[in-house]
Amino acid sequence: MSTLGEVASHIRSKNAGPFWLTIDVFLPDAASFEKVCAQLSTDEVARRLGAAPASVRRFEIADLAVIKFSLPRPAVQGSVADRDMHGASFALLIGDIELEAG
Amino acid sequence: MGVRVLVPSGALGLGWEEAALAAGLAAGPDLIAIDGGSTDSGPHYLGTGTSKYSRASTKAEWAALIDARARAGVPLIIGTAGTCGADAAVDWLVDITREIAAERGERLRLAVLKSGQAPAEIAEALAERRLEPLPGAPEVTPEAVAECTNIVALAGAEQVQAALATGADIVIAGRTTDTAIIAALPLARGCHAGAAWHGAKVGECGALATTRPNSGSILLDFDEEGFTLTALGPGAGATPRSVSAHMLYENADPFILHEPGGHLDVRRARYEALDAARVRVTGSRWVASPRYTVKLEGARRAGFQVVTLALVRDPRYVAAIREWTADIARRVVEKARARTGRADFSVELRLIGLDATLGALDRAARAGSEVGVLGIVTAGDETLAGEVAKTLNPYLLHHPLTEDEPMPTFAFPFSPAEIARGAAYEFCLHHVMALDDPMQAFRLTTLEVGP
Repeated sequence: MSTLGEVASHIRSKNAGPFWLTIDVFLPDAASFEKVCAQLSTDEVARRLGAAPASVRRFEIADLAVIKFSLPRPAVQGSVADRDMHGASFALLIGDIELEAG
Repeated sequence: MGVRVLVPSGALGLGWEEAALAAGLAAGPDLIAIDGGSTDSGPHYLGTGTSKYSRASTKAEWAALIDARARAGVPLIIGTAGTCGADAAVDWLVDITREIAAERGERLRLAVLKSGQAPAEIAEALAERRLEPLPGAPEVTPEAVAECTNIVALAGAEQVQAALATGADIVIAGRTTDTAIIAALPLARGCHAGAAWHGAKVGECGALATTRPNSGSILLDFDEEGFTLTALGPGAGATPRSVSAHMLYENADPFILHEPGGHLDVRRARYEALDAARVRVTGSRWVASPRYTVKLEGARRAGFQVVTLALVRDPRYVAAIREWTADIARRVVEKARARTGRADFSVELRLIGLDATLGALDRAARAGSEVGVLGIVTAGDETLAGEVAKTLNPYLLHHPLTEDEPMPTFAFPFSPAEIARGAAYEFCLHHVMALDDPMQAFRLTTLEVGP
């Protein structure tokens, strides 16, 4: 078993405007990209972010070996309930998702 | 027909490397274009119509670009002036420009494009269902919109073209899309529309799409088939990857970018390395929409805030920090309601060192040797926020975990313990508005400054 954070070369989260959050998972090569595309479930990503699975958009960008997730922000940027103005820390929540061996 | 745009930096206030800007000027650009803002630092700036960057830094960088403009003999444009692009922020940069012109004895012709909207009119448009919510838009009432302190519409290429067509030396624009200030000129000169928008998107953050983001400046060449990005910083490179990856950045959709009047589709874009510093891009597509819409941004006061910070180092209290703070929050709300006779306030105690960053989503939260308790009071007015925060203070100072122990005391880094944050703002619009004429929601004026 390895985690997404161990397989990915970098995971980054950012605001995409005040109402959306976007998370880019950079994989080191085509092989790991294919593997993670097959093994990483959008439902699990949604669960870690406290989001409804249907609200999470997923993009697989083979040319860049990147999987991107975009979702309505858990709290609107800068609202009283928001804790992270730039959405920088949400990436950490999916890093410990476990992938199957192989 | 080619158009060459020099982007000095990702934003005015972030700076650039002198050598990179000089190389760009030597290449003979047709336009110098820079972004002045973003929503990324939160609703305060739009709410108050102010800039995030210091006036002195802004003036120094803006004066350097005014110099660069004179040397190149081409127009200089800034979009989303003063971080938020509200009318007051535009006026602020016009004032700075006036000062620079006076100090240098240089006469400058300015075109000023304003994007501010009257909240009452936008509230009416919402009530009449003339605004269309975008995905993820908050539930918002016409009353809430009417309370916005600032609403701006994001100008596209058409409004920027009108400003450039005045022949001004400098265009100071309020809120525009990040891309419009770069795409407008190549579009006006008949360059490939997909390339104009795609190049503008890749270039709007300056050297972020290169291998040395801190070098600041890049050059964009547009023509009838595509665009070429050139990294300008010493040792800076551009690769198909560094350029194509930029569509991921702060974009919900990495292939589609909505703009006034249509959208950019880069699914079939091809990226080719010309040499170590240049990437050629073709195959981007612009899809015009039947209606012309502009996006709106608004900010309204969410209340007034006073914050306080107490530091808990006693291991017994650190171990019981959740119970301790939950007990305090309950007691303080009860007491403040009784003492003030009001209920329009909230008290939150965030635990720094435990889960202040991610809250309940953090499954790996664990306390270290100490916890910072950040008390956040939000209330309907400033006086009440202060009253509630002062009611909170004795608890954070002395509240015991159990009845039968000596009175504890906790650490405070400041006196007074309370820090007034003033008004707290929130974003409240994520909607588009249809226009019959692109200039309908915008105001363009020209003026001359200097001796």
